[in-house]
Amino acid sequence: MLDSIRSTFIMLGECVRMSLANILGNRVRSFLTVLGILIGVAAVIALITTVNGFSGSLSNSFSAMGAGTLTVTVTGSDLKSGLSTDDLAEIAAMDIVDGVTPSVAFSARVSRGGSYETGISVSGKNGYYFTRNPDLLSRGRAINFTDEDNMTRVCIISPDMVEEFFYGVDPIGENLYIGSIPFTVVGLTSEEGSGNISDMMSGSPDIFIPYTTALKLNSANVVTSFTVYLAAGVDSESASDALEARLDAMFSYEEDCFEIMNMSSIEDTMQNMLNMVSALLAGIASIALIVGGIGIMNMMLTTVTERTTEIGLKKALGAIPWQIQAQFLIESFLLSVIGGALGILLGLTLSLVLSKVMGTSFVISTFAIVLGAGFSAAVGIIFGWAPARKASRLNPIDALRSA
Amino acid sequence: MSMNSLKRRGQSPAPASGISDTENAFFRMEKINKSYRMGEEQAHILKDVDLSLERGEYLSVLGPSGSGKSTLMNIIGCLDVANSGRYVLDGHVIEDLGEAELARIRSREIGFIFQNSQLLPRLTAQKNVELPLIYAGVPVRERRRRAREMLERVGLSDRMGHTPNQLSGGQQQRVAIARALVGNPTLLLADEPTGALDQKTGRQVMGLFRELNDEGRTIIMITHDMNIAKYARRVVHIIDGVLTEGGGTADA
Repeated sequence: MLDSIRSTFIMLGECVRMSLANILGNRVRSFLTVLGILIGVAAVIALITTVNGFSGSLSNSFSAMGAGTLTVTVTGSDLKSGLSTDDLAEIAAMDIVDGVTPSVAFSARVSRGGSYETGISVSGKNGYYFTRNPDLLSRGRAINFTDEDNMTRVCIISPDMVEEFFYGVDPIGENLYIGSIPFTVVGLTSEEGSGNISDMMSGSPDIFIPYTTALKLNSANVVTSFTVYLAAGVDSESASDALEARLDAMFSYEEDCFEIMNMSSIEDTMQNMLNMVSALLAGIASIALIVGGIGIMNMMLTTVTERTTEIGLKKALGAIPWQIQAQFLIESFLLSVIGGALGILLGLTLSLVLSKVMGTSFVISTFAIVLGAGFSAAVGIIFGWAPARKASRLNPIDALRSA
Repeated sequence: MSMNSLKRRGQSPAPASGISDTENAFFRMEKINKSYRMGEEQAHILKDVDLSLERGEYLSVLGPSGSGKSTLMNIIGCLDVANSGRYVLDGHVIEDLGEAELARIRSREIGFIFQNSQLLPRLTAQKNVELPLIYAGVPVRERRRRAREMLERVGLSDRMGHTPNQLSGGQQQRVAIARALVGNPTLLLADEPTGALDQKTGRQVMGLFRELNDEGRTIIMITHDMNIAKYARRVVHIIDGVLTEGGGTADA
């Protein structure tokens, strides 16, 4: 028993050596044969890796934009057109909530000295907003709670505004007129902007002022847009439900008074779409694998015909049918796996280049590599089976006679 | 080493002739019939062939082409089985066996030598000789040792690394003989072993056969050439599928 296992291994080892010698002895032909597998595997790997990198970047930017946040837009009812400062305080006091940032956006004519500019976007925010977005401020100070309470006339301006109104002057401490009201510049924003989703959608504002000041400037006393920052570890789905219940109560259970935007559900939807697209593309790429498999089958059938005499001779010398079958199966398996390995290399190179071009992250996907290797091995065995079987069934007499 | 093992085998209870002892016979064919379907007609190739051999015999089967000698060789070599009749080789009743078992018998009992040596062109002489041992599952080191030994035996110790196209016809045939010997078979089965060789080389190969027979090897040689057949110690004739005893040759 042990002896027969041992001799089987000896025989199989020799099959591997002979197969490699055959494959390498016909380098050009072997390469052309595995080209189909190579392209198929490379396409699958490049697709999966690129889509992975893309969805990684997507979820990164989503979490930067607002993982753990809910953005509420209020349309209001006849009785209640928006949320008061007290309402916001009530929401901020909820267990699931870390803090709330109201957003009072409007555009205004801005001037300093002789120069002016119309249509400048101004956004009223609170101190908490600047605590949550510490990178927003590049110089000076942020809006703070005292500013909110006292409706101070301070502003934080973007680099565009500095260029527009303060050429060659340090803007901090200087005055800037929003409408006809003078504001003191206390800070400058960085180039990148807040990265907040609501700002992202409306474009980064040029000027930040305290939201209370903004309300007063617009003769309003309610907030219609705000972002809720959830406490750490809170599930955004259930938090969204809780927030909805609270807001429903505030709006006396009237319909369609507000809309809650859940970043993670948007992200899920986008990820699902991305997955579907990648599955579709991988399906198309796998057609290349099948075509490659047919190429290997064709080559193996040719090989069997070419080596008919050799097969007959080996049978005459005592090779058992399954040994012949094993030899050809090993050959098609090796051929396909070599193609697969080259395909993995090409696929990874392609996706590295793509990630550089598209600016997405490049993550080597173990899944993709295992899939590529598995696919090519399976193709080698499946498409090598019939030719190997044909070889093993050759009658040694006929095979020897064909010489 | 081959000598000793052969002699030991030879001492195993040699069967006295007689039908009851068939199963213990070394080589016995009884009423072998073989026919092929050729289109509409049934071609009766072998007709009631009886043939017995003792260990250590050197037999040649002489017949013109189309006489059925190739079919007989295929059946003797376990490449084919008869339609009827009984064939026993070294205790194995051949017609009972399946394809895998036939392969095993070929591997253990028979050393083939073909007309055009049938070496694999990409392999070296040594690798070619190793081939039967690969399918028998012999480990690499022993395989190499035995292949070298056999190549030395046929006088090619300086040609082991050569591929067939670097060897002369006679050398190629000697590699084929080494390959037939390497598995230490019970029976050497040669099909026109000098067919592709010039007279001088053919004579050398025949000399080698004689030596091997002197060492105790059992040889069956199939040929159409009277001059070659006479090198054997016993000649049988086959004509139209009928085998007749031709008596011994000069020194038998």
